[in-house]
Amino acid sequence: MSITTNHVKEKSVLELTVNNHPGVMSHVCGLFSRRAFNVEGILCMPIGDGQRSRIWLLVNEDERLENMVKQLDKLEDVLEICRHGADHQIFSQLEEYFRV
Amino acid sequence: MQFSGAEIIVKLLERQGITQISGIPGGANLPLYDALKLSSIKHILARHEQGAGFIAQGMARASGRTSVCFATSGPGATNLLTAIADARLDSVPMVAITGQVPLPMIGTDAFQEIDTYGLTLPITKHNYLTRSVEELLRVIPAAFRVAASGRPGPVVVDVPKDVQLRKMEVTKWPEPGGTDESPEPDPDAIDQMIQIINEAKRPMFYIGGGIINAGAAQTIRRIAEKASIPTTSTLMGLGAVPSNHPLFLGMLGMHAARYTNMALDECDLLIAAGVRFDDRATGKVAQFCSHARIIHIDIDPSELGKIKMPFVGVEGDVAKALAAAESRIEKVDRSAWLNRICELKAAYPLVMPGLDDPLSPYGLVLEAAAAAEQDAIITTDVGQHQMWVAQSFPFAYPRQLLTSGGLGTMGFGMPAAIGAALAYPNRQIICFSGDGSLLMNIQELATAAEERTNIKVIVMNNNHLGLVRQQQELFYGSRFSASRFHAEPDFPAIARGFGIEAVDLGQADDPKKALKHAIEQRGPCLINVPIPAEDKVFPMVPPGAANRDMIGGENHVDND
Repeated sequence: MSITTNHVKEKSVLELTVNNHPGVMSHVCGLFSRRAFNVEGILCMPIGDGQRSRIWLLVNEDERLENMVKQLDKLEDVLEICRHGADHQIFSQLEEYFRV
Repeated sequence: MQFSGAEIIVKLLERQGITQISGIPGGANLPLYDALKLSSIKHILARHEQGAGFIAQGMARASGRTSVCFATSGPGATNLLTAIADARLDSVPMVAITGQVPLPMIGTDAFQEIDTYGLTLPITKHNYLTRSVEELLRVIPAAFRVAASGRPGPVVVDVPKDVQLRKMEVTKWPEPGGTDESPEPDPDAIDQMIQIINEAKRPMFYIGGGIINAGAAQTIRRIAEKASIPTTSTLMGLGAVPSNHPLFLGMLGMHAARYTNMALDECDLLIAAGVRFDDRATGKVAQFCSHARIIHIDIDPSELGKIKMPFVGVEGDVAKALAAAESRIEKVDRSAWLNRICELKAAYPLVMPGLDDPLSPYGLVLEAAAAAEQDAIITTDVGQHQMWVAQSFPFAYPRQLLTSGGLGTMGFGMPAAIGAALAYPNRQIICFSGDGSLLMNIQELATAAEERTNIKVIVMNNNHLGLVRQQQELFYGSRFSASRFHAEPDFPAIARGFGIEAVDLGQADDPKKALKHAIEQRGPCLINVPIPAEDKVFPMVPPGAANRDMIGGENHVDND
């Protein structure tokens, strides 16, 4: 998570509620990877009774992000999307686990 | 009663209304084929899984209904990939059911194991790896719902062999997968759209495959007529408005008539309906309709603003959106604009040399059209012949043309023609192909013969990869690298070898008569037509250039 370059890009945090099965991560990550769109951070845990999971993504603000969110919304296994600003604390709380 | 997974799948397919399935059996889908043997569903045995995929596509594209194909694991699934990707890019509803190695063997590099789920992930609308017999009752109807709802597309269901064999008690069958009701278009966006259309002085319709999928062809035509809106179409939208309609300007983009691209350059409003601003249609995007406001109507929200930001974006079923707007779109006097279109059309028409010669591309297409029945379905392969057909065939209604638009898959045409013939056994199917394309799935001539399909395969034979050659001539200093075939296969002899009638127009005393006779006789027939390798598709917008920068196809009559 540490930013070493001087060029600091604006970041966005996406919160997805998804069905919990082995292929969902591939579906979500595949959308980004095949557009050469780097996902900076990923967190995923089951929620409730485990039928569903929540995926948190930390991504760069890019002109393509708007379309990425629409593409995510089209995935059968993505049930809900919430877009947060970079100030969301989910990833910053984890920074101590990512010190080099 | 106890049913195996395979029996459940077949039962659910029957309940879904599926009557024909194309495919090839193999080790990992043998239980499925065992269950199919006792079913009322007819199976069409293809000779290569890609052929099976395109046969299924032919059925779906011709009818608009979701079709099904089967393949086994490993090479069966990998062979199917091209047909699945093709269906994805052209929004064709198809359910592909693949066999997989038994669950305990997944991940062991077992014989004929491949990660079908992983491979099909980026080329399907959705895909499933079923891990229990119970979930088949949910997944099969869901696959059909996903394939046909919203923007249609292919769905893969990968079923491990042990899931096919495992039995379970079924007391009640689930409802067949239906089609989700599309969301109502936003009334404010509709209001805005109407206002802008009514204000426009030089509006144009830019329509595509979405119009055909939505069944909005009649509505577009009525609105165009009422409000005097000239209409251009993508390759996928051809047939939505009849080619001979006075307001129809043909296909736009890379191989459009000069006047069509010029008219687009002058319009002040572009109504983009059921289209996705594909690069073959837009040319250099920044300079596409640069003087126009854009209204974009599409059922897929991710298409709005993907390539070009619309002034008004209408998310929803294009048929619903247009129907909601129709009565409030005013009859406006646009005679100045229509006169300008007429001027452009007269000065920069589509130039089609050799119209009276059935051994030249345009002449052949029009001669075949004249010989064809009114309700004949046309399929094409990919290349020069495809563009000549798109430019000149008098398409008259939706779903008359089946062609691989987005993926541009050589080898599509003949198996798709077989699929169309299976969906409509009483109609004539004419497949325009090239010698390069046809060889990419020539094995399906065996399927065509076996099923006695009424397909006519017209091979425009220049013994080259013609469109590659054309680009090498125009853009690579005539350095013809690997575009010429040095062996010259005898296509009529090949067809006869498969048990199919054949004729060579190059050897016929009266080519017109021979062509007419070949098209009119029932059953499969191959028609070989030698054409000069130098013939080119004109005009042509160089890849990456703006649509106004066209090469060739000048109206020489006006020059000098």
